[in-house]
Amino acid sequence: MYAAISEEASQIFVSTPAKDELRKTSLNAKHRSMSAKMVDFGGWDMPVEYTGILAEHEAVRTRVGLFDVSHMGEIEIRGPRALDLVQRVTCNDAAKLAVGQAHYSGLMTAKGTFVDDLLVHKFSDTHYFLCVNASNQDKDYVHIAEHNKFGAEVENAGGRYAQIAIQGPRTLELLQRFTGVALEAIKYYWFTRGEVDAVHCIIARTGYTGEDGFEIYFAPEFAEKIWDHLMDSGQDLGVMACGLGARNTLRLEAGMSLYGHEIDDTTTPWEANLAWICKVDKGEFLGREALVKQKAAGVTRTLAGFEMESKLIARDGYAVLQGERAIGSVTSGGPAPFLKKNIGFAYVPPAVNKLGTKIGVAVRAQTAAAKIVSVPFYKRAK
Amino acid sequence: MYPADFRYSKDHEWVQVSGATGTIGITDYAQHSLGDVVFVELPKVGTRVKAGDTLGTVESVKAVSEVFSPVSGEVAEVNTELSTAPEKINQDPHKSAWLVKIKLADASEASKLMDAKAYTEYVAEKEKEQTA
Repeated sequence: MYAAISEEASQIFVSTPAKDELRKTSLNAKHRSMSAKMVDFGGWDMPVEYTGILAEHEAVRTRVGLFDVSHMGEIEIRGPRALDLVQRVTCNDAAKLAVGQAHYSGLMTAKGTFVDDLLVHKFSDTHYFLCVNASNQDKDYVHIAEHNKFGAEVENAGGRYAQIAIQGPRTLELLQRFTGVALEAIKYYWFTRGEVDAVHCIIARTGYTGEDGFEIYFAPEFAEKIWDHLMDSGQDLGVMACGLGARNTLRLEAGMSLYGHEIDDTTTPWEANLAWICKVDKGEFLGREALVKQKAAGVTRTLAGFEMESKLIARDGYAVLQGERAIGSVTSGGPAPFLKKNIGFAYVPPAVNKLGTKIGVAVRAQTAAAKIVSVPFYKRAK
Repeated sequence: MYPADFRYSKDHEWVQVSGATGTIGITDYAQHSLGDVVFVELPKVGTRVKAGDTLGTVESVKAVSEVFSPVSGEVAEVNTELSTAPEKINQDPHKSAWLVKIKLADASEASKLMDAKAYTEYVAEKEKEQTA
C-alpha cells in the first residue's frame, strides 16, 4: 500500500501532523476534537474528512453540510478609485456590480492567464471585498498592490475573518434559526451584512458545491460558537461536518474549476470555458491585449468534461488519448458520488471537445474509454 | 483489532497462512487511511508474484494505492465480490474483504513479516507521528 500512483492523491490522504509551520484556522482544535482526518492543504492544517467523503457529499446534495473554509483569503480594497483597481486586475466587469452583489472573476496576469480565481463583493462604491484561494492570498495581495496606481487602500485581511460555508437544500432552514435577516430575500450571488447567532457577519448566498447555500464571514473568535450552534441545531435536519475531500468532489460534480488544476498562470479564460467572466469590452485591464489577440487567433485547447465508460477512474495528471496519440491530460478526475459515475476535466484540442466524442484515458497499463459530456456534470433542480 | 494468526507488512497488507495457501488483504489501518474505497483492481488467477510485487490497486474517493504482495507464489483465487462491493474493504478488511489467495512458494516466508503485536506497535507509532 501507499505507493500512490498519483502524487496529488497521495498528498491528500496521508494525514499530516499539525506542524508549527502549518497555518491553522480558528476551528483547528474543533476539527481535531471531532477526529477529522487532517491534511496539509497549501500550508494549512485542514480537515479532509470527518465521517467519510461519500457520506459528507450525500449530506450536502440532500440535506445540509458545514465547511470550515476560514483558510480562504480576504482582500479588501478601499478608496475613491477602488473600482479602478478592481477593474484593472480582474477580468469580469465589476462596474456592473450593485452594492450587495458579488460575482466570480479572475485575477489576471499581463498574459491574460490566472493569478487566481476569486469572488468580488461590492460593499460600496469605495469598498470591494475579495475572497481568494488560501494558498494564493499572499501572492494575490502582492500582485494587486503592485498594480495599484489608483491610490487605493489594499488590505490583506485574511486574519480578520473566519468563514463557514453552509451548503445544501436545508441550509436556509438551518441558518434562518440564527438570524433575523430574511435569508430567502437574498438572491444567488448577493449578500448582506447582519447578525448570525448574535455575531456580525457578511452573509453571502454563494458556494462551491452546486447546491443552494450561504457563506458567512465573521471575526475568528466566534467561529467555535457559531460552528457548535449550527451543528447542534442542525441535528434534526441531518447536518454533517464536511471536509475538503467532499468540497472537492462536490465542486467537480458541479463542474467548477479549481485553481492549480483547471486554471493557473498558464491558462486563459477562453481556454477554461470561462468566457462568461472575461469582459474584454469593459475597458483596459491587465491581460486584455493578450486575451483579445488569443480570441482572434483562436485557442488550441479548451477544457472538456468527460465521463468514463467503465469502472476505471481517471485521476489528476493521467494522459488523455485519441487513438494512440496523447492529446492532453486530466486536470481533475475522480468519482462523482451523487451521479455514481467517474468523471473528469481535461484540456483537449477544440476539435475533440464536442459532446459525445470518444477519448481514452491512460489508467495504469490500460486505455480506459471515456466520452466528452456537457458541463456541469450535475445541476440541481431549481 | 489485529488478528493474532495474521502476519503484517510495513505497507499495511496482511497475510493469513493456512497450509500452502496465503490469504491476503489490507489492514484496518490501511482502509482507514484511504477512506471510502470505490474501486479494486485485482490480478488474474494464475499470476505469479514475488514478495513486494504489485498485486493490485485499491482506490478510494481521493487516493490511488497499489497493493504489494507480502509473500511469493501464484494467485489461486481472487475476491470477485469486491468488484461490485468495494466498500466491504472499509467494513470488514480483515475478513470478508480479503483480496486474493496465493499458493505459497515458501510457506515459511510469511514468518519474516510482523506479528500482530509488532504491527500494533508499528501502527501506534505511525498514529503518534500523525497527531504529534
